[in-house]
Amino acid sequence: MSTEPVLQIRDLEAWYGESHVLHGMEFDVRAGEVVALIGRNGAGKTTTLRAITGIVKKRAGSVKIDGTEAIKLRSDKIAKLGLGYVPEERGIFATLSVRENLLLPPAVKPNGMTEAQIYELFPRLQERARSQGTKLSGGEQQMLAIARVLRTGARLLLLDEPSEGLAPVIVQHIGRIICSLRDQGFTIVLVEQNFRFAATCADRFVVVEHGKVVDQVASADMDAKSGELAAYLGV
Amino acid sequence: MSYQALMAQLAIGVSNGAFYAMLSLGLAVIFGMLNVVNFAHGAVFMLGAFVALFLKLQLGLGYYASLILVPIIVGAFGVLADLALLKRLRGLDPLYGLLLTFGMTLVLEGIFRYFYGSAGVPYSAPEGLVGAVDLGFMIMPLYRFWVIVASAVVCFGTWYAIERTRLGAYLRAATENATLTQSFGINVPVLLTLTYGLGVALAGFAGVLAAPIYSVNPLMGSNLIIVVFAVVVIGGMGSILGAIVSGFALGILEGFTKVFYPEASNIVVFVVMAIVLLVKPAGLFGRAT
Repeated sequence: MSTEPVLQIRDLEAWYGESHVLHGMEFDVRAGEVVALIGRNGAGKTTTLRAITGIVKKRAGSVKIDGTEAIKLRSDKIAKLGLGYVPEERGIFATLSVRENLLLPPAVKPNGMTEAQIYELFPRLQERARSQGTKLSGGEQQMLAIARVLRTGARLLLLDEPSEGLAPVIVQHIGRIICSLRDQGFTIVLVEQNFRFAATCADRFVVVEHGKVVDQVASADMDAKSGELAAYLGV
Repeated sequence: MSYQALMAQLAIGVSNGAFYAMLSLGLAVIFGMLNVVNFAHGAVFMLGAFVALFLKLQLGLGYYASLILVPIIVGAFGVLADLALLKRLRGLDPLYGLLLTFGMTLVLEGIFRYFYGSAGVPYSAPEGLVGAVDLGFMIMPLYRFWVIVASAVVCFGTWYAIERTRLGAYLRAATENATLTQSFGINVPVLLTLTYGLGVALAGFAGVLAAPIYSVNPLMGSNLIIVVFAVVVIGGMGSILGAIVSGFALGILEGFTKVFYPEASNIVVFVVMAIVLLVKPAGLFGRAT
């Protein structure tokens, strides 16, 4: 595993209109790592991902992707640095078929998965290829949302609440897919409320409160710090 | 009422419907993507006819050359107008876009009225399209038949490009969620500008087709655009298929109304609009939001 951070966040601030949401977020993600951002509702986890992608436009500080400063770039330029974003609630386009959704994002880096490789990984998507995207079940939509970014060749994936609203058996399946992506060398930033789900794959937990990082726990230290993590999450 | 008179009104109705379809298609594409109620659509339709006239009188270029060149010229005008003016209004209430394009209409019509007055300048149809064609069940002016065919081809081509191609998938995705589409690496700002260019190019093409039927005059767009807005509302704001189907259907309805109850022919489209708004506010093919 390389020691150079693929993603370096320094003093990241972000606003929704007049509302100041992020107050100096700082953390690094190294190549091949799975880092889970955890924290209570409204802590700023989703906003952190949206600020990294450039979807939140009013932001300051530094976001470096593979050493390139992205804080002043438009979101389409940021994606081309090799970033794949799976939004909260999946972002499946209702007016597009499953296949059109899958093929929508252009390649941002070479060596993305082919359509055949995607269907091998997610056979259900091939069966439903002609269906309207939003006619899929929640689990199938989540698979489509992940599959969509795997085609682009992006090696840094931002996954926002991939387990949200899914049946336990589907959550397990999605968890296995994320672990398998880590094993293939993808770098993943995962936002999760479901701590148990995040724990199956994460190498490290970044705890977010009031728009800043308040603690970082390696998965090896998780047992020792489980009490503190539970307190952060309010469980 | 004789069969011939009925068929004659049907022919006029379908060819008027062809113009409604082409213009409402452009309006629907622009509204769907940019959320702009393009009031200048009638003015760029008129601009298309005047550019064709200019190419003929000043450069000696004929009708068929204009059919290709005018959409490119008018489309380029649209791209410049978007970059210089409309782009600044992105994200604001659609009312701002409507006011700006209404202002553009006044300026464009004012310029042409200053130079050409409002009487109109004739533009003759090319020799090959003069005369009539026997369709078996009716005899139709060849030029109106050509307008229907050309419009159907352009409408189908536009529908195909939007519904069946990768670029069309970008357009549909950006219409639904521009922010997310851009986060996938798609240059949405350029896509929006090109969409406005494409929408007004369609109006420019319709302007060339209209030049030999209506005299080329500065108000030719204003006379049509209010009906076209009604067509878009009936079809469903932003609906491509709705614009095409409603355009042709309402042209035919208007034609038949001229036969059976001429007094109502000018208002029949608006009566249909009122009924559709009461029964299905999102329009016949629109998606309720």
